[in-house]
Amino acid sequence: MNLHEYQGKELLASYGVAIQRGVVLEDISNFDTALGQLKEETGTDFVVVKAQIHAGGRGKGGGVKLGKNDAEVKEHANNILGMMLKTPQTPGGLEGPGKLVRKVLLTEDSYAPDFDACKEFYISILMDRGRKQNVIIYSTEGGMDIEKVAEETPHLVHKEYIDPHLGLQGFQMRKIAFNLGLSGKSFKEMCKFISKLYAAFVGADASLFEINPCLKAGDDSIIAVDCKVSLDDNALFRHPDLAAKRDKTEEDPAEVEAGEFGLNYVKLDGNVGCMVNGAGLAMATMDIIKLSGGDPANFLDVGGTADAERVENAFRIILRDPAVKCILINIFGGIVRCDRVAQGVVDAYKNMGDQIQVPIIVRLQGTNADIAKKLIDESGLEVQSAITLQEAADAVAKVIG
Amino acid sequence: MSVLVNKDSKIIVQGFTGKEGTFHSGQMIEYGTPVVGGVTPGKGGQEHLGKPVFNTVAEAVDKVAADTSIIFVPPKFAGDAIMEAAEAGIKVIICITEGIPVQDMVKVKAYLNKYDCILIGPNCPGVITPGEAKVGIMPGFVFKPGRIGVISKSGTLTYEAADQIVKAGLGISTAIGIGGDPIIGTPTKEAVELLMNDPETDAIVMIGEIGGNYEALAAKYISESGNKKPVVGFIAGKTAPKGRTMGHAGAIVGGEDDTAEAKMRIMAANGIHVVQSPADIGSTMLKALKGDA
Repeated sequence: MNLHEYQGKELLASYGVAIQRGVVLEDISNFDTALGQLKEETGTDFVVVKAQIHAGGRGKGGGVKLGKNDAEVKEHANNILGMMLKTPQTPGGLEGPGKLVRKVLLTEDSYAPDFDACKEFYISILMDRGRKQNVIIYSTEGGMDIEKVAEETPHLVHKEYIDPHLGLQGFQMRKIAFNLGLSGKSFKEMCKFISKLYAAFVGADASLFEINPCLKAGDDSIIAVDCKVSLDDNALFRHPDLAAKRDKTEEDPAEVEAGEFGLNYVKLDGNVGCMVNGAGLAMATMDIIKLSGGDPANFLDVGGTADAERVENAFRIILRDPAVKCILINIFGGIVRCDRVAQGVVDAYKNMGDQIQVPIIVRLQGTNADIAKKLIDESGLEVQSAITLQEAADAVAKVIG
Repeated sequence: MSVLVNKDSKIIVQGFTGKEGTFHSGQMIEYGTPVVGGVTPGKGGQEHLGKPVFNTVAEAVDKVAADTSIIFVPPKFAGDAIMEAAEAGIKVIICITEGIPVQDMVKVKAYLNKYDCILIGPNCPGVITPGEAKVGIMPGFVFKPGRIGVISKSGTLTYEAADQIVKAGLGISTAIGIGGDPIIGTPTKEAVELLMNDPETDAIVMIGEIGGNYEALAAKYISESGNKKPVVGFIAGKTAPKGRTMGHAGAIVGGEDDTAEAKMRIMAANGIHVVQSPADIGSTMLKALKGDA
């Protein structure tokens, strides 16, 4: 689960991590109150207006603007709120439709008054799958695209691995602060910053923290100016407060609905819908659709119980996508009996009547596959049945033609 | 001989009396799996499915000499259950549970370094040595005994592969579902190593998916080990979009090296018979065994 910048900052602040302060604004009619609150809390002169969407590169699409007086700030806030913001990371990239901005964050100008004394760093924390340890990745090259930095100047990207039992140690914080070229007050502040940041990462069961930029301000304090926070979905049961921060408007509505039905669905751009039991087989089914000359319209794992209700829900979600020209159902029955699934397909099909306008190919293999095939074939419905994966692939190829 | 589990294993079930544990324990016992008991804290002394229930794994090791455990404990407590099994001296720990927090597994994995044990999973279908022991949730009838080892991150795709192998007239020595989480106990390479060293396995099916570098490490091991057992490989997720988690928590394309294409390329370069279509696993294995794949 991803958090907005403002939510990520709330989380960091709750662990004592110093952040660039801000006030969230949803409705421009509340602008004066919000700005007043920000100025009272921070005493800032300039104000940065930042679009709150789940995508990076917001500045590149005009979603981050500095206002040098109240009128300018208001103009920026008014323009950004409600805009379709395109960034390299929104669907379709800069050429795509962009994402609707529903909230902006008005923040203090952390670089004032001594801009030249400021220095930007990059800090992220994640779990290294190879080493099975958390790792802090950091660089003196803050405010830039870290993948580019890693490619062009790999010696400027450092990694610090954390012992799973002992946690982050003092010498590691000092190493990081030294490698970032700090001394005196800013050195001590950085050690404190890293310590609290790591505590927040572990405490919140995060899967990614990315602080870019992390700023050494003119007064040698260290603050998180921006933050990207992703949380481990599997650990949300420990954090009901964080789970409540989920912004469903940032997600695909069909994916949200599928989740409520217990279906694991990811929308794709193709023309062949699919419904499969098991994540691995679902991916393999997408691949075989591609090999058959089609393009998968979705990933959908119906899970272990493919009864009529689940099949019907899955049908409805897949069919909401007008690009779908045919649907391939691929079930390997193990504990789930194929005849039960077949009955589910037949019932769902009958319940939905004429809502199903595209050809359906059903491949059922495993427990009672023969009975299932007979059930489908004798149902009188326009459903093609297959038993082997290759037969299913051939049927898709024929339909897509 | 096979690997990990066989007819002489002494198997206990952690989470024995729960809904999942009860259902799958029943299936395992019906298959003929040597289940010697189960563990549910607070229910020690009772009998369940005709087997003794213990309060702790240590007690089960003490009383019925358990050496293998299968875990059906909910995600919240599953990491703890794995550590309890290791500490009690269980040698093969198979964790079926899906949804364990990653930070729990970071700690568990480090904890296991102290013990001489093998963890399979979590988030896996389990391990089956056909005709001897089914220690998992797979449909037993799909797996006929034979000399082909199967390794896979996914459940139903393992069944698919086993089914094709059996339909090709071959059979399975041991099938290992290693699991689809970002952190698993026995990555692909270690699982391949087990089967490479098994005298009753002639060839291996290795099925991976997008995310991580386990398949690449396994491929390098296979070519460096100089072992001549044919390996047929498939990677699911060639059509998966970058940056999205595809069902399994670990199935996500991060960089260039964890795409399906990159993995297939590395596997082919290291002498693995890579199939582009998951429908070709069985037929390719037949050809590979004849030396003309």
